Amino acid sequence: MTTLLSTPTPARKLSRGTMWSVLALSVLLSFGFFSLLVLGGASTDFNIVGAVLLAAIIYVALSFVMSRIVEGRRKATDRLATGLVTSAFVVALLPLISLVYTAVSNGLNRFDGDFFNSSMRNVVGQGGGGLHAIIGTLEITAAATLISVPIGIMTAVYLVEYGTGRLSRAITVLVDVMTGIPSIVAGLFAFALFALFFGPGIRFGIGGAVALSVLMIPVVVRSTEEMLKIVPNELREASLALGVPKWATVVKVVLPTAIGGIITGVMIAISRIIGETAPLLIICGMSTSMNYNLFSDRMATLPVFVYTQYSNQGTDTQAYLDRAWTGALVLILIVMVLNILARILSKVLAPKGTR
Amino acid sequence: MSKRIEVRDLNVFYGSFQAVADVSLTIEPKTVTAFIGPSGCGKSTFLRTLNRMHEVIPGARVEGEVLIDGENLYAPNTDPVEVRRQVGMVFQRPNPFPTMSIRDNVLAGVKLNNKKLSKSESDELVKRSLQGANLWKEVKDRLDKPGSGLSGGQQQRLCIARAIAVAPDVLLMDEPCSALDPISTLAIEDLIDELKNDYTIVIVTHNMQQASRVSDKTAFFNIDGTGLPGRLIEYGDTTTIFERPTVQATEDYISGRFG
Repeated sequence: MTTLLSTPTPARKLSRGTMWSVLALSVLLSFGFFSLLVLGGASTDFNIVGAVLLAAIIYVALSFVMSRIVEGRRKATDRLATGLVTSAFVVALLPLISLVYTAVSNGLNRFDGDFFNSSMRNVVGQGGGGLHAIIGTLEITAAATLISVPIGIMTAVYLVEYGTGRLSRAITVLVDVMTGIPSIVAGLFAFALFALFFGPGIRFGIGGAVALSVLMIPVVVRSTEEMLKIVPNELREASLALGVPKWATVVKVVLPTAIGGIITGVMIAISRIIGETAPLLIICGMSTSMNYNLFSDRMATLPVFVYTQYSNQGTDTQAYLDRAWTGALVLILIVMVLNILARILSKVLAPKGTR
Repeated sequence: MSKRIEVRDLNVFYGSFQAVADVSLTIEPKTVTAFIGPSGCGKSTFLRTLNRMHEVIPGARVEGEVLIDGENLYAPNTDPVEVRRQVGMVFQRPNPFPTMSIRDNVLAGVKLNNKKLSKSESDELVKRSLQGANLWKEVKDRLDKPGSGLSGGQQQRLCIARAIAVAPDVLLMDEPCSALDPISTLAIEDLIDELKNDYTIVIVTHNMQQASRVSDKTAFFNIDGTGLPGRLIEYGDTTTIFERPTVQATEDYISGRFG
């Protein structure tokens, strides 16, 4: 008796080395083609995005055809799907790499002690720095976080642990609507609000923080809500069955279990608002001098700093452009550092299982 | 430490659906009572009404009386939090708090209620509770490790230690062994036998051998059909229920003719 298993047909397979050679060949073909375009004068610049895209297409097509011939249909389909998924990932990554590369290469020109040491007070042309904007961004973002995180987390706790019926559904809808508010509207809201109390033309840092909270709160609510929902109900029951009141169960069992995810959510919210320009332009204005006081006078922030350096280039254009790029680079670095800190924090605080 | 439970004409509803109808029984102190019956017959629901844990489920409500040493659990001025301190509960699936160490899990009931304990008092309580749950020898060298790192059976015994650390009068167990292997089950059954000296124990189980091994009294619940409420069919000494049941349905269920 012969079964399928006892008489295996020798599986013909494309080796790893072959596939790498195919990849190398596709890259070579594609880059060669685009180099020819440049040499032949058809285009002035080497189109790197086009070259990578074409290389990916050639590779996926080649590997599919080869695999169809050697390995059969199922394997070929597998390679096609793998190829498509991988190239989608590469395509998604390209703009990011390009952006980081541009920001770093342009920003490094003024990435010096002076930039972190001085403001733009009385600076025309070269020199000067963004210290006032860095301080402003950090203070306003910290204030916005201080306002949004307690409100956001408590709203989420209400929605998940207490809310039933109409009120909680209404809040959910409102939070969803808030997520879609254009940032300029948030700025106008804060401006209109404070103009009521302090008269028209009011500009100060805390107003910016309020505007940013309007943008930040829905993000915090949403992510915290999701995190609280995945805390197993069994833990709540275990705690309640020990005779622990509901509030203590929420504070001491549910929140600590979800804390890792909540921190990540807060970080995403911070990253979302730290680069906001429009609302700050309205309510914080711009300043060339240091201002540590959130509660009086105009305050500079990094996004607005980048914007003004770029839009009001003085006689020494390059000096302004360099400062703008360095401002952008510093902003990216701040977000990155905050992200790393949040990752460490959520690792330390997250429940330690053996999984 | 242990108290008598009297249930009078208890009905449980989920919204408009009646889950349990007209249950009346008396559970004596320092005994083990087993609830058996097919799935969905309201055993667990009924168990939960003995410490008001059904209130966690939205829409659940109760009519009737549950008296613990004469005090009605459902009197208007009774605080459910107070009730649960007297009537502890162990669940089907082990559920140690993942954020806490073994030691903190045992102390959870005390700590989460903001009671202050000195170091020596809490050490003593941890040791006593873990010894009570037959877990002390296995974990005494790793009390600061997370509770979720233990095996399933150990986790369940940790949950029992956690429940008895708050010194309840009654211990409810909702299928405590259904997620465990036979050896861990044996460990828990031995433990139930010891705990009986101090506590009134009520256990829900699908395992009839288990019911006959551990319990003094057995209650058989059944439903007439889907959508109908579960009822208490027969309640009596375990030996009687298993050897000479008076109701035909009980005999059918125990002998494996249905269910």
